[in-house]
Amino acid sequence: MKRTIELNGNRYDMPAEVGNVQELLGHLELAERIVIVEMNRDILAKDAYDLPINDRDQIEIIHFVGGG
Amino acid sequence: MSERYSRQELFAPIGEDGQIQIRKASIFILGAGALGSSGAEMLVRAGVGRVTIVDRDIIEWTNLHRQQLYTEQDVIEQLPKAVAAEKRLTAINSDVAVTGIVVDVTQQNVLDLMTGHDLVLDATDNIETRLLANDAALKLGIPFFMGACVGSYGLTFPIGIQDNQPCLHCILETLPSQTLTCDTVGVISPIVVTTAARQVADVLKYITRIPFEPKLESADLWTGDRASIGVASMKKAGCPSCSENAVYPFLSARESMKTAVLCGRDTVQLSWPTSRKFELIPFAESIRGSVSKLIHNPHLVACEYNGHRIVLFRDGRMLVHGTKDVVTARNIAARLLG
Repeated sequence: MKRTIELNGNRYDMPAEVGNVQELLGHLELAERIVIVEMNRDILAKDAYDLPINDRDQIEIIHFVGGG
Repeated sequence: MSERYSRQELFAPIGEDGQIQIRKASIFILGAGALGSSGAEMLVRAGVGRVTIVDRDIIEWTNLHRQQLYTEQDVIEQLPKAVAAEKRLTAINSDVAVTGIVVDVTQQNVLDLMTGHDLVLDATDNIETRLLANDAALKLGIPFFMGACVGSYGLTFPIGIQDNQPCLHCILETLPSQTLTCDTVGVISPIVVTTAARQVADVLKYITRIPFEPKLESADLWTGDRASIGVASMKKAGCPSCSENAVYPFLSARESMKTAVLCGRDTVQLSWPTSRKFELIPFAESIRGSVSKLIHNPHLVACEYNGHRIVLFRDGRMLVHGTKDVVTARNIAARLLG
C-alpha cells in the first residue's frame, strides 16, 4: 500500500522497501549518524526505531553535524 | 549616535529597555570561522557591550566564500582569524569592546576564557569542543547557544535557558564517532547565515528577557527540509554534565583529548577518550573526496591531507605527520572528524 508521510515538513512518498524508522534512517543515509527522531510529536528512544511507519505519519529527524 | 539603534528599538519586543539590556551584554564567541563571523557581526551591529571572540586558526583562501569578516588581504598577510575579526568588528562598531584571542580552547583554559561573560555563542567546528563548552557553560551557570552547519544544513539548540531543560550531553546519548564537516562535505554561505541568525535571534530574546522555549531546530536550505523538536523529555536525571551532582566530565582530563608531540618524528599524536568509538570504514568513505593516498584496513585509516600524512587507529589515536604543532594537528582532526 502506498504510504505518504510528512518528513521534516515536506510530503514524502515512502519507498516500498522501507518499513520502519531504522530502515528510513538507512535509506536517508543517517544510520551512522547521531540523530533525534520525533514521530507524531513524540521523541523516539533508540530501541523504538523498529516501529513501523504508517500512512500520514509525521516524522522529524535532526542529525548532528560538526561544522561551523 | 543616539539614533544608531533606533530601528532596533522601534521593534516593539526590544524597545528602549531591551536596547539597554543589549548594551549591557557581554558575549563569548567560541570560534571565528563562518558561524563566528556571521554571529559576531550581527551582535556587534546590534550594540552589545562586549564581545570576546576566540579562534586557533589563520585565514585561508578556502574561508573567504563564507567567513564574512575577512578579506583577501587578510589571507595574504596570514592573519589569525581572531586578530582580523577584532579589527573588522571594531571598525563596524567602535562602541563595542571587542577582544580577539588567538587560542586553542581546551579543558585547561576554557573556564578562565569564559568567566565574566553572560553567555556563550557556539561557533566551533567540532563536537569535542561543543561538549567541552557545554560543560563549561553549565559550570559557570551561563547559557550556551549551540549552532552547527555543513552543506546546506544547519541546526541550533539553546542550552541553559530554562531549568530542567536537557543539555547537549543529555541529548547526545553516545559520542558520535565522526560528524560531517565543512572539509568533508563542503558548505554554502546561506546556511551559515541562517544558522547564525537563529542563534543570534535566540541570544537577543535571552538578553532582553523574552521567555522562549528552547528547541532543537534544523533547516536545509537546498531541500526545504525543516524540523523543530521540543526535547524537554530528553533531560537525564543523572546527567554528568547538568544534574545536581554534575561532575562536568569534559572538563576533566579523562574525557578530553590528549596530545603528544613525538620527539624527533615531526609528528603529533592525538588520543581521544575511550568513550569515543571510531568506525574506520565510514570514516574512510567520508574523507575519500577530501584526501589523497587513502588506504584502510581493519586496524587503521591512512591518507594524505594538506601535505600531512594522517593515520587514525581504531583505538582512538591519530598521528599527524609533518608538524610538531599540536594546534595544527587538532585543527586537521577537527576538519576531518568533526
